[in-house]
Amino acid sequence: MPTLTEAPPPLAPAAPEPAPARRRGRFTPYWLLLPGLLWLVVFFALPLVYQASTSVQTGSLEEGYKVTWHFATYWDAFSQYWPQFLRSVLYAAAATVLCLVLGYPLAYLIAFRAGRWRNLIMVLVIAPFFTSFLIRTLAWKTILADDGPIVHALNSLHILALTDFLGWTAGDRVLATPTAVVCGLTYNFLPFMILPLYTSLERIDGRLHEAAGDLYARPATTFRKVTFPLSMPGVVSGTLLTFIPAAGDYVNSELLGSTDTRMIGNVIQSQFLTVMDYPTAAALSFILMAAILGMVTVYIRRSGTEDLV
Amino acid sequence: MKTTTTATGGDVRLTGIGKTYGAFTAVHPLDLTVPQGSFFALLGASGCGKTTTLRMIAGLEEPTGGTVHLGDRDVTRLPPYKRPVNTVFQSYALFPHLDIFENVAFGLRRRGVKSVKKQVGEMLDLVQLGEQARKKPHQLSGGQQQRVAVARALINHPQVLLLDEPLGALDLKLRRQMQLELKRIQTEVGITFVHVTHDQEEAMTMADTVAVMNAGRVEQLGAPTELYENPRTTFVANFLGTSNMVEAEIDTVAGDDVVLRAGGGKLVLPAGRCSAPVVPGGKVLVGIRPEKIALAHADDAGTVPDGRNRLTGRIADASFIGVSTQYVIDSPVCDQLAVYVQNVERDGRLVPGAEVVLHWSPAHTFGLDAAQAIDAGTDTGEEAA
Amino acid sequence: MPVVSWLKHRLVVIAGLLTLGYLLLPNVIVTVFSFNRPTGRFNYQWQHFSTAAWQDPCGVAGLCGSLSVSLQIAVWATLGATVLGTMIAFALVRYRFRARGAVNSLIFLPMAMPEVVMGASLLTLFLNLGAQLGFWTILIAHIMFCLSFVVTAVKARVMSMDPRLEEAARDLYAGPVQTFVRVTLPIAAPGIAAGALLSFALSFDDFIITNFNAGSTVTFPMFVWGSAQRGTPVQINVIGTAMFLVAVVFVLVSMLITGRRGRRRA
Repeated sequence: MPTLTEAPPPLAPAAPEPAPARRRGRFTPYWLLLPGLLWLVVFFALPLVYQASTSVQTGSLEEGYKVTWHFATYWDAFSQYWPQFLRSVLYAAAATVLCLVLGYPLAYLIAFRAGRWRNLIMVLVIAPFFTSFLIRTLAWKTILADDGPIVHALNSLHILALTDFLGWTAGDRVLATPTAVVCGLTYNFLPFMILPLYTSLERIDGRLHEAAGDLYARPATTFRKVTFPLSMPGVVSGTLLTFIPAAGDYVNSELLGSTDTRMIGNVIQSQFLTVMDYPTAAALSFILMAAILGMVTVYIRRSGTEDLV
Repeated sequence: MKTTTTATGGDVRLTGIGKTYGAFTAVHPLDLTVPQGSFFALLGASGCGKTTTLRMIAGLEEPTGGTVHLGDRDVTRLPPYKRPVNTVFQSYALFPHLDIFENVAFGLRRRGVKSVKKQVGEMLDLVQLGEQARKKPHQLSGGQQQRVAVARALINHPQVLLLDEPLGALDLKLRRQMQLELKRIQTEVGITFVHVTHDQEEAMTMADTVAVMNAGRVEQLGAPTELYENPRTTFVANFLGTSNMVEAEIDTVAGDDVVLRAGGGKLVLPAGRCSAPVVPGGKVLVGIRPEKIALAHADDAGTVPDGRNRLTGRIADASFIGVSTQYVIDSPVCDQLAVYVQNVERDGRLVPGAEVVLHWSPAHTFGLDAAQAIDAGTDTGEEAA
Repeated sequence: MPVVSWLKHRLVVIAGLLTLGYLLLPNVIVTVFSFNRPTGRFNYQWQHFSTAAWQDPCGVAGLCGSLSVSLQIAVWATLGATVLGTMIAFALVRYRFRARGAVNSLIFLPMAMPEVVMGASLLTLFLNLGAQLGFWTILIAHIMFCLSFVVTAVKARVMSMDPRLEEAARDLYAGPVQTFVRVTLPIAAPGIAAGALLSFALSFDDFIITNFNAGSTVTFPMFVWGSAQRGTPVQINVIGTAMFLVAVVFVLVSMLITGRRGRRRA
């Protein structure tokens, strides 16, 4: 499963003498690395260079593009599409927080309380992956339909009136509103939160809970002082695995939202594939990449978990 | 050194073998001969180079210099899979994806032996695991895994069996039992065993010959009794059991005896048991094992026979541990002398605060070079595991 | 009062099960609606029970063709990414070499990059090279983004492997090749299998990167995307449900087998 954090190597058995140095095959690692790294360089790194170059080109589709170091494209693109950027960050952040709030109990349940049901629940968490996520996202159209039971219930409880007031929903419906998009994002990336959380929770020695209890910690305190801090690696990699793809997503916004919920992914996609304004699309893509890498770096530094690679 | 065999065909001969990693010297060039059929132990604290030495014999580590001979054959450049040597690894390294039978059959199959069933069966019977053949390693207890590791190595009839801390992962009781078991197997198959351990009791119980290693060098090599009774360095004196050491100055040499001055008194030491240079006026550390010392209450000082070394002191502490009583005695020449007295007839006056005379036979005294650290090897033994 | 304390003790369990319900609800809808007979072009509202779509899953033009394209790409992408990724993982764990840090970053970055950025930039490359978009460009893209996940999965497994096992094999007369085939590979197999399974799932289900680099080739996710604009046939629910069932059965059977084997040998 996708986990950014890596299992720490199990306690090395006492091996006092330094590790053996290989004498033969001095070039073996390079041969092993070469094909895969070449693939990544040519099809991952090089495209980024091409994209950087495209972003400072001017011209038109008919006459072709030339590198003119036209950095104004960046400013133009950002000033035109900053609402979509802002929306992407807000929606992704909201979805990430929701994933953490919803995912933590389930991960905790699997790790400590599921007993013999553990494997079955794990299967149920992973199995939906095998139904195309587009089909599953479309199912939310049915679930949140205007005349469906959920909207009816929310309406009769007058909750929609409140969320309408907050701007989360509009016109007594959920579909085609920010709520629907965040709900879809949360749903889509929830397993990416649960799995790393589970991995780090599962490593916690159950006796630590007993020890904390023995040392006068109430269950809530035990969670705050022992369990949660120890699960931090899972929290960090889970939030990253949720936030990054959510910020770049355009599927949920397209299928469940409206033109008022367009995210930056939608803009990049349409600039590239429909409008075919390659410099603007490349510039937007670069801004998104830089923004996310910047945020991720700061986040990893601040959370003190730098052994993520 | 004791040699029990006459043939040199199966000796392990290390000549000037050494290993350095960059600036760090794991093993200083050393010469060592392990006679065929012997049970040889490399004893030392962690990081002393004993495991590296073993791995160089196995071929898992390439020496920086020197040669390894098995009998007359130079195997220094042979990879491990071409050496007639097998290893029982620390924590066993049993293949987790193979069952016990296949683990034991592994070496035979790699050498192209077709019908392994009978041999594996016999080997599993030898280590009393015939019933467990189809289990996976993780389903066995530590002691059973250990026996599988031995069987897996022995079935290949190696010229030499190397054991790397084979009992380190077992609890104390099981370890004692397995020590006897390994010794029995060794006697039965007659293969040369080279055993690496940090446990001095284990080495002394099992091995015919022990080489004590420290910081990449062999400090002393000999039969366990020899090492214990007549250590040549403070490291050996402290690492093997407990020793009392008193600083003294050589007074005179009289025939085979060296007379020493310690505090106000005189101590006698056989010249042959002194590893320090014998020059009048030179400094020597006088060593004596705690159980060799007898105690007499100061009132009975007259009853101590002549010709025995004696020191005076006051009992600082006494702990009764059943078979013996262990005293700590402060003496003018040395604080904290340890004395173990068998509980045969307990003298009621020997309580903390009592003035006593310590006395022992000069023949049990040993002399060490005073240039060494007096506490070398005292605290390394315990943490090594 | 007892009710309150009962709830309090099971708060985590209840919250967890609610989340599980949230995760599974769309699958229930997908399954239920695979038996629908919608009146319009879209299959979002329940009308009548019908097994028509189950009897004719390929009854929609292009659906099964796209499924076959997706399966082919997923198989080849899994194969490519697993081989290349396993090689990298072994090199990273087993050898010391220059530029480790750079190699690690190059492997980490694709996992930390939004798909839309990777898809768009790859398209820029293909456009600049004048490459014909289609099956091969999709395959190239899929191997690229699966690679890092394989490396991570295999690396974790190889790192936790006791190096003494390979030494033991060499000590027991296995040469380098035999050691690798008889010991290293079987022990690393679960990690490699996890990486391969993940690759397959990621490749089969990818839409965003594929959408950029597909040209006129249509994969299954792209077919679904297209039908979301034009009209959703019931058959896509049938395929979705069938894949879910196959996955669950596959996992349960494999769990049953390993569980029984464990019990028999215990």
